[in-house]
Order: sequence, then structure tokens, then C-alpha cells
Amino acid sequence: MTGRRTVVTGVGVVAPGGASRDRFWKTITEGRTATRRISFFDPSPFRSQIAAECDFDPVAAGLTDAERRRADRYVQFALACSAEAVADAQLVLTDAERDRAGVVLGTAVGGTMALEQEYVTVSDHGRRWLVDAARGGPYLYQALVPSSLAADVACRHGLHGPAQVVSTGCTSGIDAIGYAHQMIVDGEADVVLAGAADSPISPVTVASFDAIKATSPDNDDPAHASRPFDADRHGFVLAEGAAVLVLEEAGRARRRGAHVYCEVAGYASRSNGYHMTGLRPDGLEMGLAVSDALRQGRIAPEQVSYISAHGSGTRQNDRHETAAFKRALGQAAYRVPISSIKSMVGHSLGAIGSIEMAACALAIEFGVVPPTANWSTRDPECDLDYVPNEAREVPVNVALSVGSGFGGFQSAMVFRRRPPAVAA
Amino acid sequence: MTARAVVTGIGVVAPSGVGADAHWRTVLAGARRTGPITLFDPAGYPTRHGGQVPDFTADSHADSRQLVQTDRWTHLGFAATRLALADAGLPERAPDPYGYAVTLASSSGGNLFGQRELQRLWGGPSRTVGAYQSIAWFYAASVGQLSIHHQFKGPSGVLVAETAGGLDSLAHAARAVRRGTPVVIAGATECPLSPYALACQLRSGLLSDVDDPQRAYRPFDASASGYLPAEGGAVFVVEELGHALARGARIYGEVSGWGSTHDAAHTTADSAGDVGQYARAMRLALDRADVAAAGIDVVLPDALGVPRYDRSEAESLRAVFADRPPPVTTQKPLTGRAHQGGSALDVATALLAFAHDTLPASAGPDEVADGCELDFLREHRRPRSRLALVCARGFDGFNSALVLRGAAPTRRETP
Repeated sequence: MTGRRTVVTGVGVVAPGGASRDRFWKTITEGRTATRRISFFDPSPFRSQIAAECDFDPVAAGLTDAERRRADRYVQFALACSAEAVADAQLVLTDAERDRAGVVLGTAVGGTMALEQEYVTVSDHGRRWLVDAARGGPYLYQALVPSSLAADVACRHGLHGPAQVVSTGCTSGIDAIGYAHQMIVDGEADVVLAGAADSPISPVTVASFDAIKATSPDNDDPAHASRPFDADRHGFVLAEGAAVLVLEEAGRARRRGAHVYCEVAGYASRSNGYHMTGLRPDGLEMGLAVSDALRQGRIAPEQVSYISAHGSGTRQNDRHETAAFKRALGQAAYRVPISSIKSMVGHSLGAIGSIEMAACALAIEFGVVPPTANWSTRDPECDLDYVPNEAREVPVNVALSVGSGFGGFQSAMVFRRRPPAVAA
Repeated sequence: MTARAVVTGIGVVAPSGVGADAHWRTVLAGARRTGPITLFDPAGYPTRHGGQVPDFTADSHADSRQLVQTDRWTHLGFAATRLALADAGLPERAPDPYGYAVTLASSSGGNLFGQRELQRLWGGPSRTVGAYQSIAWFYAASVGQLSIHHQFKGPSGVLVAETAGGLDSLAHAARAVRRGTPVVIAGATECPLSPYALACQLRSGLLSDVDDPQRAYRPFDASASGYLPAEGGAVFVVEELGHALARGARIYGEVSGWGSTHDAAHTTADSAGDVGQYARAMRLALDRADVAAAGIDVVLPDALGVPRYDRSEAESLRAVFADRPPPVTTQKPLTGRAHQGGSALDVATALLAFAHDTLPASAGPDEVADGCELDFLREHRRPRSRLALVCARGFDGFNSALVLRGAAPTRRETP
């Protein structure tokens, strides 16, 4: 199976600021922020009261009655994205092809939102330790076990290939696309719907990040609260969303004349073995992941035309990854445009890695690099080109994206404009 | 030359016992270790029995700082990993951190920890949770903690495919070995025995409500009534063959083949799983291992214990093996189903069977249900081809299969 390559032929996005690929791209290239005061519940008891919420209409997104009844919000996002990506790819599969078409989706916290809502009912508002099982909804088991995410998408599209959920916290979105890519390279599948979804905007998640002061408390100015790489940053802004890509074996895509956004040129991950939430300031393991991903694509540091940063807007992260880029790219790190779309769409935990890969595919497609919004004050330790506030028109041949998550996971993925000619 | 992935260490922490030897003794004795749930008072629930790890003392496997930050599910993972490393003769800290990775499956996360924090948030005087909730509940908590403690810094992962995921984690480990990571820790532990997690599972409609732990979980039996939930599982050291040989490691067997498919259909009150897709997962595993169906020595089935699923599993096996399936043995009734940990435990059973040169008799059925006629092993016997097919399905349509090629028996005495 050597020589098999993976290309991206479809993109679907549900993100804050716009629940479709086109609206997502418009939001982030206009530099508009979609962070706001939390509207899903009264956030006033909490330290951080802001989030990037999706204005998502499942009916408009074409979900069936049964899907709306059974699927938790994050699964609904994935269903909407999958449908958009499949339509975008003009993907039509025969029965035989469905056997070799899989689903690999990431999620960091899965059905937390449904689990918490149901918990309030079955525990009588936290009064009962021995919860009343009879009062729980019919889909509680799907809420507990997040593999329902991949199952629902496989059911919708009739896919009989390998189905998997990847749950490596905040690198889930990159890792899911990475595993799908490996499946295609290894010949285990020819087509994979790959991406991630999370809808964590729920009191328990907000309280969890409050407890470690990871999220921004800038409640007076939600629109400007997510400030990656800015000296005046105060933490990340929680978000929700999803993205799904159609990954396809390159020869298959070529034979059917599919539109190709880009090629998956490399994917790698390392763990820092350091701390569940802390990062080594030297960025060693993220740097190693970046170098490995570039090596797989035989790409030199000077060839990288855009970096989609993890850029969560915590001081620790921004310094860590700035060090990682310098470590992996050397002097080239100072010349490549780097931006964090989390400044606009927030940090949707496991989902954001896939949303950022969607942004990379679109950056290659349109030759535009989205900006880092809300950037105003230079941090002396973050001295690279973070594309402040305004998108930049620049040819993007190679886009690198990185993710960093609780548990010490560091992942990197490289997309390249078009596959080099492959010998027949 | 493609790198080959072999298993060199087994760590079991399950209702059958702590340690591979304790598990094997339980299997040989055919002793059911399911009993009343004692982690909480289950009197108000229709399912009151399950499989719990006996005499589990978390503090002998992790320090107090680690324990307070983590759920019982992670405590079980600490223990199983430590046992697997010791069994493989590897040090507690990876000597070559980037050459070691950990990929476990988890389908219920740190739910016991999570329920306590939910109660504090909703039932307590302040709308707060503790500082460790953000790192204890999510599905990657165990892998993160293990990576830090043991210095596994290679490409790690966390997979979820309900029960099938335990096998998927071994397949993923074998792929990682082929990609150049010489040592990958794989497998799964679970602890879905908090009151809330049990309430969630009850909604699947697949649990047994028979109030006798000896009779509640009886796959393929005429009296099958669903399954009993369990905690625990097994963790393995999966290693590149040359790496294992160079250090003189004992080899249990090779992860030779794997396959997974999806039904593209949900689990409902009427569903029975897709016979064709489940059979296809098995065939994919056989093909990858380059093994003819007739060469398989023993099958360890999913054994859900739900009549319609038991029948469809038997049908899938008949389809793959041209109406003459090899001997089948299931040990799941001894422990209950620990979901992804349970399919990992079946892998441990198969590898231990080859190491001890004994295929263990099946824990039932006593009276074979109509449609479930298979060649259930009624007595222990010697292996022949030393090839095992381990199968697992997951709620809502997941199918996975693994082919294990057992090494020659070790000199360990059969206990």
C-alpha cells in the first residue's frame, strides 16, 4: 500500500459566527469575533461568563426528526457538517465503496451537555447521589458513551468502513484527521469523513475551567476577550462547533475528477510527559511534532506559508508555542504568517483542531490567511508575525496547524496545495 | 519489511483478579466473580449486580497526589499499566521516552469523579467544582496521567467505540509500531459503576435484571437475559518484534490481524446487529493476518447475552467459517462486561491460554439457545494452530475483530 496519498475533497463547518463553510470563512477573514455573554444559561454565578456560541438551527441544517430527538448538540453539529462536506465533495458511493468508507471523529468532552442536563433531572438538582434512573431520557447511554458521534454519522451516510471516535482532549480534532489519513495511507479505507465536534458550553464545563482560572474573566467586553499573543490576554474563551472534512485516497479523487482542496502531507503527535495542564516553556514536544509532520511531507521550514496556531490566549500557551515554532522552523519562524482563529471563534476544545484544519484548507483554496483578532499590545516573548487583526492575501502552498491539550498532548498536521504528480 | 507487533506484557485488573495469574486461575476454575454492586447501594436499580475488582487497593499502584486528581477508572489504569510493564520486564520510567507511547480505549471516562463534582455544583452551596474536575472526567485523563508518570512521550491516543474499542486500541498500537514507535501501551480499563453511569447504561436496554449474579449474564444460553456491567480491564505492552528479541523479552504472541466495520444502523429494541458487517470485520482481520478461516484454533466472541445479538453473532461466525466455526470460548460471564476493558480482557485470556498451553472451557452456555449452536469448548484442551480470533461489538453498530498468533508456550506452570 505504499504510495497512497490522502487529499481533502470536501469541507463542512459549524462554527460560532456562521453555521456553514462559507459563513465561517467570511467571519474569520473579516476578522469578526463571535464571542459573547453566555446565553444558554445564566452565567452570573461564574468567574468566566463568556463563550463563542453557535447560532445553530438543526431544522435548517436538514436534520431529521429522529436525529434531532436522539442526537446531543455536538452530534447534531457533526451531522450538519458531514452533510455539508459530502455535498461539497459531490461524493456518491456505491454499496461496495461504502464498505471502504469510514468515519473518524474527535471530541474532547462528548455528551457533557446532555449528561449535565439529565443529571439535574435524575438527581433532583443534585440532592440525590442515588439518581432516579427511571426519570432519565431515552438516549442517556448515548450521552455517556461518545462513540455515538461516529455511529450517527455512519448511519446518516450509510458508511460501513471503520468507525471510530478519538478523544485526546484538545488535540482530538487534529488527531482524528490524522488517524483517518493513516487509515487511507494504510489501505484500510478509501474515503473517510474526518473531523471533530464539541458543545461544552454547560455549567459544569464553565465551572471546571473557572476552578483553574484557565478561561478569560473579561466579562465586560466579551467581543474582545479572546486575545491570543496579545500582552493583555487573560485566558481562553470557551466555544462550541464542529468541522468535518472528506478525506479521500488521491487516485480515487483524481479518477472521479473531484475538486481537491489540498493534500494531507504529514501528521505527528508527541506528549510532553510534563504536567496535565502545564507546558514546558521550551516547546520541545510541539516542536518535535511539527518537525516530524514536515519531514513526512519532505517540506523544508522555508516552504511553510501559513501556521494556524493553537493560540488559546493563555500566557503559558502563547509562549510555549512561539518557542516551539522557533525550535522547529528556525529563522523561517520569523517570516511565516501565524494566526489564531480562536481570537474570533473561541476554543471549542476537541472540535477546534478540525475547524482550524478546515481554515487551512480554505486558506490554501483562496490564498487568504485569516488574522489574529484583538491583537493590540506586543508581548516581548511573542515576537513572531501573528497577522494582527486583518486578513492577508498571500499564496498558501503549505499550511501547518498545531494543537496542544490537557494531558500534555501536542499534535501537528500539514496540508499542501496539491499532490505532486504521482507516478502511475 | 513491515515491522511486526508482539505482546510482551499483560496487566490485568478485573473482577477475575489483580494480575494475569489471578485472572488465569479464575478462568481455569470457571468461577463467576460477579456479585452485588458495593461501590454504591444499588437497591433502587433494576440491575443490582456486576463485576467489581476484588480487594483493589489503589494506593499500592499510585501515590496519593495522583489518586486525589483522578477517578477510580484511572486508578485501575495505573495498576494495569504498572503490572504490564513489570510483566514485560520494562522499567517504570521509559528509558527512551519518544519510543514509548500509550493508546487506551475509554467509553465512560471518569464518571464517578464527575458525578461527585456535578453533585457539588448543583447540590452544594456554591456553584463551583474542584480544581481536578477539568483533568479527571474527560476521556483522555488516564492516558495523560500515564504518559506523564511513565514518560511515554511518543504518539499517544484515546479511542472510543463502546465495547469494540478495546480491540481497536491494540490495532492502533500495532499500526504505531509499524510507523516506528517500538513500544506502545494499549488496552483499556473502565469503571462504569457510579450511580449515574449505571442509570445511563440501563437506558441501553441490554442489561440483565435477573437478581442472581450466578444466573444473570448467560450469553448463548436459552435463559439469556442481558448482561451485567463490570469495571476493570487489561493493559498490554505491544512491542516491535526486533526490539523485544533484542532485549530477550518473553513474547506472548503477535497482533497479526485486525478489522473493523460499522453497521450504519443503531442499536434499538429490535436490532440484532448486521450479520454481514460483523462477519466482514472478522474476514478483514483474517485477511490482514494472512490466515485462512480454517486455521483458527479458538474464537472469543463478543457474547452480549442478549438473545437476538447472540443469535446474530453465531450466524456471523457460521458465515465466516463456512458453517463449521472453530471452538468458541467465552469468559465474559465470569467478570461481567467491562465494555472496552472487557474486550481487552478477552485478548489477555487468549494470550494467556497460549502461554499456558491450555484453551479454557467456555463459561456456558448450559442450555444452548436456538440459533446459537456453536462448538463451545466444554473442557480445557491443548491449542493446535495457536491462532485466536477475538471479536467485539459496540453499542450502535461497531464491529471489530483481532487475530492473535500465540507464541510457543512459556515454561510457566499452569496454576
